[in-house]
Amino acid sequence: MKQAYTPAELMVVVAAREIKDREVVFVGMRLPLIAFAVAKRLHAPNAIGFFENGVVRDTPSASLLYTMGDPPNIEDALQCCRMTTVMGLMQKGEVDLGFLGGAEVDRNGNINTSYVGDPSAPRVKLPGSGGAADIASLARRFVVIIEHNDRRLVERVGYLTSPGNGDGAHWRANEGLPRGGPAAIITTMGVLRFGFESGEAYLDTIHPGVKLEDVKAKTGWPLMVTPVLKPTPEPTDEELRIIREVDPKRFWTS
Amino acid sequence: MTMRDAIAQHVPDGSSVALGLALEALIPFAAGHELIRQNRRDLTLIGPISDILFDQLIGAGCVKAIVAAWVGNVSAGLGYNYRRAAETGVPNKIHIEDHSNFTMALSLLAGGLGAPFIPARTLLGSDILKTNANLRAAASPLDGEQVLLVPALVPDVAVLHVQRADETGGNHCWGNLGVSEEGGLAATKVIVVAEEIVGVDVIKSDPNRVLVPAHRVTAIVHEPGGAHPSPVQGYYGRDTDFYQEYHTQSQTAEAFEQWRQRWIGAIGSRAVYLKLLGAERWRALAVKDKKLAAPANFSAT
Repeated sequence: MKQAYTPAELMVVVAAREIKDREVVFVGMRLPLIAFAVAKRLHAPNAIGFFENGVVRDTPSASLLYTMGDPPNIEDALQCCRMTTVMGLMQKGEVDLGFLGGAEVDRNGNINTSYVGDPSAPRVKLPGSGGAADIASLARRFVVIIEHNDRRLVERVGYLTSPGNGDGAHWRANEGLPRGGPAAIITTMGVLRFGFESGEAYLDTIHPGVKLEDVKAKTGWPLMVTPVLKPTPEPTDEELRIIREVDPKRFWTS
Repeated sequence: MTMRDAIAQHVPDGSSVALGLALEALIPFAAGHELIRQNRRDLTLIGPISDILFDQLIGAGCVKAIVAAWVGNVSAGLGYNYRRAAETGVPNKIHIEDHSNFTMALSLLAGGLGAPFIPARTLLGSDILKTNANLRAAASPLDGEQVLLVPALVPDVAVLHVQRADETGGNHCWGNLGVSEEGGLAATKVIVVAEEIVGVDVIKSDPNRVLVPAHRVTAIVHEPGGAHPSPVQGYYGRDTDFYQEYHTQSQTAEAFEQWRQRWIGAIGSRAVYLKLLGAERWRALAVKDKKLAAPANFSAT
């Protein structure tokens, strides 16, 4: 029998599988920190991790990180440097993949982490971009990790912090963005990917035990679904073992 | 110089102050708390992210404007004081100039280079360009391609927390640097806060580890533990519990007022703050092992 796992653990595993061997990954915070460790130890041993505070790593940190500036992320780093070093290489096109979170993501993969309501008199002031808008603008592709409900997966973001496909597939090129765009949205209910022609998100796999009608009901736009919908592959015992080694108190993965 | 004197002499009301330039590490909390203790007003805070330091200064009513990419509590979530100020004008309204981390870095880099602006390819199509009037897209005069123009930023003061410094202003910082170097070169005045004061010979033994050259450092403050709860590589780790506690203890303006009284108002210095934190907790955060860099030979002969 398969081991039980939490939605966060499944999301970490799906995120880890997005990382291919030898890729340069802008790792970010929270779940992607653990996804990077899983990928490094299993299928992507030669992946390189970039952290926007100015850290380059070829190994996951020896203990769990609460932030990218924690001392274990510095010890045994490949390089400690300035932010402009890692951001500059990303602007040059040398970062394959970046991970992002958000308060809202829309059907074209645009992300809001700034304001709910009118920016001059916001109903909710969110923390802001951090490096997210840069990763969305400049990485070769990006992946969003977010809880699935219709307040978070919306028809159109109220404020576009981090650019996805704007209002369609050709928007990025028209705006002058050099490359990139959203590759996937990993949620608590499934994995969405993006149509090449439309630039719009569709449901690609559904998490085990989740009903399609519930996914549709909890998505803020009429969600397109792949013709042959398959379940998201479950975490293997080995993947779960690594996650629980990395996050033993389940600070990020409970 | 004491922290009290450094802040009193170099950071008057209305200053623009760059803080937290190494991002989650080396945040000059002691300097921020002294700004609150001296009741500074109308500050413009500059920094990519600040973890909870900007939130505290906003809650204490010290802030007129924020120029930042992110303000909140990195491991715990939103910053409640930031939300209150932006949403309801409590304790006062603040002006927010939205940035991304990269545009903050490029603004300070341009400031340090003496360049009017730096062109970039980030944020094109982002609404950040709509709410920050200082950032704009334009056609490059070289090839007509759209580029983002990121104007230079010159803070009145940058406060940099480092591992060690000497009496003349020489300083060593290690670990990730974020935009420390850019901020230190851009700012008009630089206050260096150090865990340890060492001889000039120690700093000169490794000139590659210097953040800002001594001649442009305005004041040196010896303040052990001055970055707590943020980490200082080789000295102490991050007190993540403290950030969680702050999160629950700043949910309302009244609760924050109590937090501020306890951790800032009722105490006059960082030494007293560390006593309040407790010897056991402070010892548990201390770095115990040694992992020394290999020496580099700088000899000319």
